[in-house]
Amino acid sequence: MQKTYYDPADLRKFGKISEWNQELGDKFFDYYGKVFEDGALTAREKSLIALAVAHTEQCPYCIDAYTKDGLQRGVTKEEMMEAIHVGAAIKSGATLVHGVQMMNKVNKLDG
Amino acid sequence: MATKSLHKRESDLANSNRQIEILSNGIFKNGELPTFKNKIAESNQFPLQAKKLEILQINVGYMCNQVCDHCHVDAGPDRKEIMTRDTMQQCLEVIKNTGAHTLDLTGGAPEMNPDFRWFVEEAAKAGVKDFIVRSNLTIIRANKKYYDLPEFFKKHNVHVVSSMPHWTRGKTDKQRGDGVFDKSIKALQELNAVGYGMPDGRLKLDLVYNPSGAFLPGDQAAMEKDFKKALKDDFGIQFHNLFAITNLPISRFLDYLIASENYEDYMYSLVEAYNPTAVKNVMCTNTLSVSWDGYLFDCDFNQMLELPVNSDAKHISEYNEDLLEGRNIVISQHCYGCTAGAGSSCQGSVA
Repeated sequence: MQKTYYDPADLRKFGKISEWNQELGDKFFDYYGKVFEDGALTAREKSLIALAVAHTEQCPYCIDAYTKDGLQRGVTKEEMMEAIHVGAAIKSGATLVHGVQMMNKVNKLDG
Repeated sequence: MATKSLHKRESDLANSNRQIEILSNGIFKNGELPTFKNKIAESNQFPLQAKKLEILQINVGYMCNQVCDHCHVDAGPDRKEIMTRDTMQQCLEVIKNTGAHTLDLTGGAPEMNPDFRWFVEEAAKAGVKDFIVRSNLTIIRANKKYYDLPEFFKKHNVHVVSSMPHWTRGKTDKQRGDGVFDKSIKALQELNAVGYGMPDGRLKLDLVYNPSGAFLPGDQAAMEKDFKKALKDDFGIQFHNLFAITNLPISRFLDYLIASENYEDYMYSLVEAYNPTAVKNVMCTNTLSVSWDGYLFDCDFNQMLELPVNSDAKHISEYNEDLLEGRNIVISQHCYGCTAGAGSSCQGSVA
């Protein structure tokens, strides 16, 4: 049994989730593949969104996967870092905007 | 950034047998990944056989003004292997009689061969339909004696194919050396100035993109679009096609993969991206590679691994197209580089 929760080599085994439920696995991977195709957004733009979300989700597999995917698409490290800041800004904004709720509550209880 | 070839550094990996050993052992020997032979056998594509010759690729020497990180030739200023005029003469006899529609000169920097211009002048007379010279661009700006190369290429209607790793300075210089980006841009502008790369022009200018690290190239058409937009917007540069080429795990790229602990992951990426459709069109089935000393190989990569053609005609002096057609291609695990994703060849994607 491995002694850590994450093993980088496990990313290669992602496809194996279908082995324990072929139907749902197939549906997921079909959907996943379709989402990342060129559409109203380019596959390159989608890759950068995925990279930002990979960070806000703090998924190490997704970070590995979409860093590599970005490099393959010619995405620069400057673009990658800007994308991550977008994710970070939304994360911190989401925290801070709840400050209004705190202020509302203070005003109600102690206003 | 390396400044000397693996050969000059007397690296273990300068030895082609050592490279083949690495590619045959480890994850391929213990069955973790299938060998290339077993993989193509799954789709009944073993043995790979040569079809009618279409492209004759001649390597006129390993000397180069650059020492790029991932060079599969292990080229550099310290390499002295240069094709002699005698061997060129033997090549010309073949060029005059070949059924191939494309002649492709490569190196090293082919322009550094002292007989390069003579060879181009003579070869151009043979009237091959498509006459390619693979130029690294910076050679045009390396020394005054090369400044007129754009005019020289134009005079002989040469199709120029040039390496350009990225449309940004940072990524280009990381792979090819400091200052390479600026010199390459200047050289492309000079090629444009004499008429190369114009949308409807007859003077063909294509660029080659290969990844700057341990990852595969993206979609060729999408990359071409990005390159065209960036080079036009930023520098007013135009070109025809972009060839996206996969780095094969040999020579300096293999050295880099091992040193950066990316070798196994990279081989996994290649095997996972294996595409049987690409196998049908791999370049070894329609190309022949001639080394600086006149020996024949299935491709430039096999030339660097010193894996000669499986034929009785082994040297340009024994050249016989009928004898070479139908030969079994010599393969090893590096061949996965040409069958990953959309496939890869000196002419870009194949699937």
